[in-house]
Amino acid sequence: MAHTGTHSQPVRSCLLLVVVSVCVQQVHGVWPLPQQLHQSADRGCLSPQRFSFTYGRDSAAQTGCSVLDAAFKRYFSIIFPDFTKGSGLLQYVWSEPQPFVVSVSVKTGGCDGYPDEDSDESYNLSVSEGQAVLRSVTVWGALRGLESFSQLVYQDDYGSYFINKTEIVDFPRFAFRGLLLDTSRHYLPLHAILKTLDAMAYSKFNVFHWHIVDDPSFPYQSRTFPDLSNKGAFHPFTHIYTQSDVMRVIEHARMRGIRVVPEFDSPGHTQSWGKGQPGLLTPCYKGGVPSGSFGPVDPTIDTTYKFMESLLKEVKFVFPDSYVHLGGDEVSFACWQSNPNVRKFMEKMGFGKDFTKLESFYMESIMNMTAALNRTSIVWQDVFDYHERPRSKYVVEVWKQGCYLCEMRRVTKAGLKVILAAPFYLDLPIPTHSWARYYIVRHLAFRVQRTEEQKKLVIGGEVAMWGEYVDATNLTPRLWPRACAAAERLWSNEEKTLNADLAFPRLEEFRCELLRRGIQAEPLFVGHCKHEYDGL
Amino acid sequence: MSRSGSHSHRVRWWCLIVAVVAVWVQQVEGVWPLPQQLHQSADRDCLSPQRFSFTYGRDSAAQTGCSVLDAAFKRYFSIIFPDFTTLSENVLQYMWSEPQPFVVSVSVKTRGCDGYPDEDSDESYTLSVSEGQAVLRSVSVWGALRGLESLSQLVYQDDYGTYFINKTEIVDFPRFAFRGLLLDTSRHYLPLYAILKTLDAMAYSKLNVFHWHIVDDPSFPYQSRTFPDLSNKGAFHPFTHIYTQSDVIRVIEHARMRGIRVVPEFDSPGHTQSWGKGQPGLLTPCYKGSVPSGSFGPVDPTVDTTYKFMASLLKEVKFVFPDSYVHLGGDEVSFACWQSNPNVRKFMEKMGFGKDFTKLESFYMESIMNMTAALNKTSIVWQDVFDYHERPRSKYVVEVWKQGCYLCKMRRVTKAGLKVILAAPFYLDLPIPTHSWARYYNVRPLAFRGTDEQKKLVIGGEVAMWGEYVDATNLSPRLWPRACAAAERLWSNEEKTLNADLAFPRLKEFRCELLRRGIQAEPLFVGHCRHEYDGL
Repeated sequence: MAHTGTHSQPVRSCLLLVVVSVCVQQVHGVWPLPQQLHQSADRGCLSPQRFSFTYGRDSAAQTGCSVLDAAFKRYFSIIFPDFTKGSGLLQYVWSEPQPFVVSVSVKTGGCDGYPDEDSDESYNLSVSEGQAVLRSVTVWGALRGLESFSQLVYQDDYGSYFINKTEIVDFPRFAFRGLLLDTSRHYLPLHAILKTLDAMAYSKFNVFHWHIVDDPSFPYQSRTFPDLSNKGAFHPFTHIYTQSDVMRVIEHARMRGIRVVPEFDSPGHTQSWGKGQPGLLTPCYKGGVPSGSFGPVDPTIDTTYKFMESLLKEVKFVFPDSYVHLGGDEVSFACWQSNPNVRKFMEKMGFGKDFTKLESFYMESIMNMTAALNRTSIVWQDVFDYHERPRSKYVVEVWKQGCYLCEMRRVTKAGLKVILAAPFYLDLPIPTHSWARYYIVRHLAFRVQRTEEQKKLVIGGEVAMWGEYVDATNLTPRLWPRACAAAERLWSNEEKTLNADLAFPRLEEFRCELLRRGIQAEPLFVGHCKHEYDGL
Repeated sequence: MSRSGSHSHRVRWWCLIVAVVAVWVQQVEGVWPLPQQLHQSADRDCLSPQRFSFTYGRDSAAQTGCSVLDAAFKRYFSIIFPDFTTLSENVLQYMWSEPQPFVVSVSVKTRGCDGYPDEDSDESYTLSVSEGQAVLRSVSVWGALRGLESLSQLVYQDDYGTYFINKTEIVDFPRFAFRGLLLDTSRHYLPLYAILKTLDAMAYSKLNVFHWHIVDDPSFPYQSRTFPDLSNKGAFHPFTHIYTQSDVIRVIEHARMRGIRVVPEFDSPGHTQSWGKGQPGLLTPCYKGSVPSGSFGPVDPTVDTTYKFMASLLKEVKFVFPDSYVHLGGDEVSFACWQSNPNVRKFMEKMGFGKDFTKLESFYMESIMNMTAALNKTSIVWQDVFDYHERPRSKYVVEVWKQGCYLCKMRRVTKAGLKVILAAPFYLDLPIPTHSWARYYNVRPLAFRGTDEQKKLVIGGEVAMWGEYVDATNLSPRLWPRACAAAERLWSNEEKTLNADLAFPRLKEFRCELLRRGIQAEPLFVGHCRHEYDGL
């Protein structure tokens, strides 16, 4: 608890308020926990009237920097929610409030670029009397620093805003901190995606993995193949993502330093593709005749590869990120096996009866296309499992439950980068209050034989929210605050965040902050927030 | 699929045009919960909001001025024609000729428009939909409400926005008189609108008792007129996290308008930690060794002041809550604190209870049940009270909540001649797969051996939504549509609703209808609704 006496040079307007509110609750800090955080009990008052963001003189970015200008506007409202709603707080301020300036300096420009795998997100933040100085290499780092700054500000029961003297040195533990949404099993309205991006930024997630299409529906409106959504979406007008929707998602994400990695999962999980692209899927046979149903993409014919090449070209054009997720998971071989043309192809290629070779053949072909487009492929672990000696470099996403650390060891041993999703499947039907289960994941707790190089290949982790039982009605409370647990695991120093019990009060506080920002984050346990969710 | 040609009588010209265009219209899946008797024909009629009206039958005991039905007409008009009320004038322009009138005539036998529903309210109704009209007949206004709900579910819209209703005959009545839903406003505070919205959704599923578990250990949000300190000191916050008298009145009136009873629960002697803050001396001081430890246990059943307090509180409860039932709790009393207290031990000796603290609990519960009876109210208690004392001296209603063989318990309670409510298999807050709605659907409340008289003592069941992990952020999707499964079990004929697979498409359709009515009901499985949830 901070008392007035600890203010070395008390500010007059602030003093009056502080005398009244001795029993103010102290802020618990920042989520996810910064690498280094030093806070003093000294605090200063903030008043929205005298508060400002400014660019440091030596900053490479200045006014006109799209990302930071927008962030200043956004964070002003986040820091002073009452002010923007036009409350009569002013009348309680009895004397002239003192100015407070947040000065932001970045080393490199890049305000119009996109965050990517090698973006530097580190920053330093120093809060002292009347000012805060935020320094970073890139604008993305500045965004992370602004988020931390916004979490340092708190309000007492009388509505006054405070910030404690603070020093932060911060950077992420992993470069890839993803969150997957599945817009095929249920359609998610655009606002649900944008809101998720907002909450991701609050937790310093930086990759939106957009599992945009799958078996049940194809909501992506392709400019090259409009029939894919015309015939494959749940509804060709209401349940689709137009090109402008996609651009809006990408820009909303960019403004928050979030990458958008699209997934076009094949050759399995493609039932909906078949409706708008006849001939793409393998016809299944029963006896000696086609059964009328279809299996995975047909990997034996040229038209398939021509189609995939055109589609991937479009994807490269639409999505700026250097990664593309190509799926490759859960391919059922039964249909391929039933099809005489596929069997003939297998023979010709010398694959014998091993359909994993056929799947590998297909995946390698489209990974080569992707490489030719200057993009890095991510694939689900199945692709690696079928073919542990990869011929090209790709990123493996580990998703299977069981010993996922064993898999991490194998993948990194083969020299491939890896993303861990397996322990972060938030859609699975488990006790909702088990946030600690995600918190105590230990990514790097696998044995390496020779080098630490292997561990460096672990580029991050990803929260997966599959859509079988999730749509806009329950997405947000199911994601938050549980995804925050994963976010801290992926950002913070593991040594300093080993104990879930110690993290609990901070997470509780952060969940209340999410509510205040309009995120429908469910409760962790019995209790209350000063500002309950009121969006119903 | 019905075609225009199937209109046996006068074919309406303007309607014909629409019907010819819309051959692929989806047929309505019926009514949830399933009526006792439902006969539908493929013949259908167009409805137009401009020529649609509700009216009281000439022989109806209720006429214009009947608060409950006047309000219901207004409400159901908007529910049936959501587009109309959101002012899409352009529906009109598609009508090439004069629409025909459709009149819903409502007749009730008895008045009682200003009364409250209660345990012996007659909710039966008959509904006959034919060309140009529907005739709804019931004994009470509460039955008419159930009939209006069914009628509203019979109306459907094609892709061109035209409204239809099929010729239908319904004879309907509830299987159980008590179809409850419990909300817990102590472990988390639920804002008023969250309660009101829940009442709306309850009416859509024909649930008819709101069991308001209003106070408990964590907080005392009920603002008592007799004992204002209870919420002043026991609520999470004395101004923002309370229910004022006017809040309570609003809940009761909102419920009454929907034929829903409000049964408050003031659970004691356990679950009362929050009571102690505003009522010093009420709780038993726990001892450590021979000195008070500073912590408190259940209500102190050995002192007169306790009973005076309870009598005053119950008098207020009788005054505020019109329902004939009051829930007195009586569950999960820990005896450790009583045992530690020398005064309690002395009292036990004096009363000849030996070391059997269940006798002390029974003594307390009987005292407050007697008070309740003197106030002309029926007590409900949790099964613990019965378990401690299987030969009841007075009549009370037992609520079975413990997992395990709840049917065994039902048999024992009814054998003792007491009425019983089944909650055990309907604990929706428990962390289980959210998609397991069938688990609630498959409950068989009467599948125990016993006489017909015994079975008649089973007055119903109750969905329980405890608040440890639930607040306004996740309440709705966690309740709906799973509570609908319980609602059908409690309303419909069991013989006709044995098969969950058959019920699935109807429930899916009903869930989409809930979305359209603004209820944040989560999905049952992969798929989509024409009108997705847009309240985010």
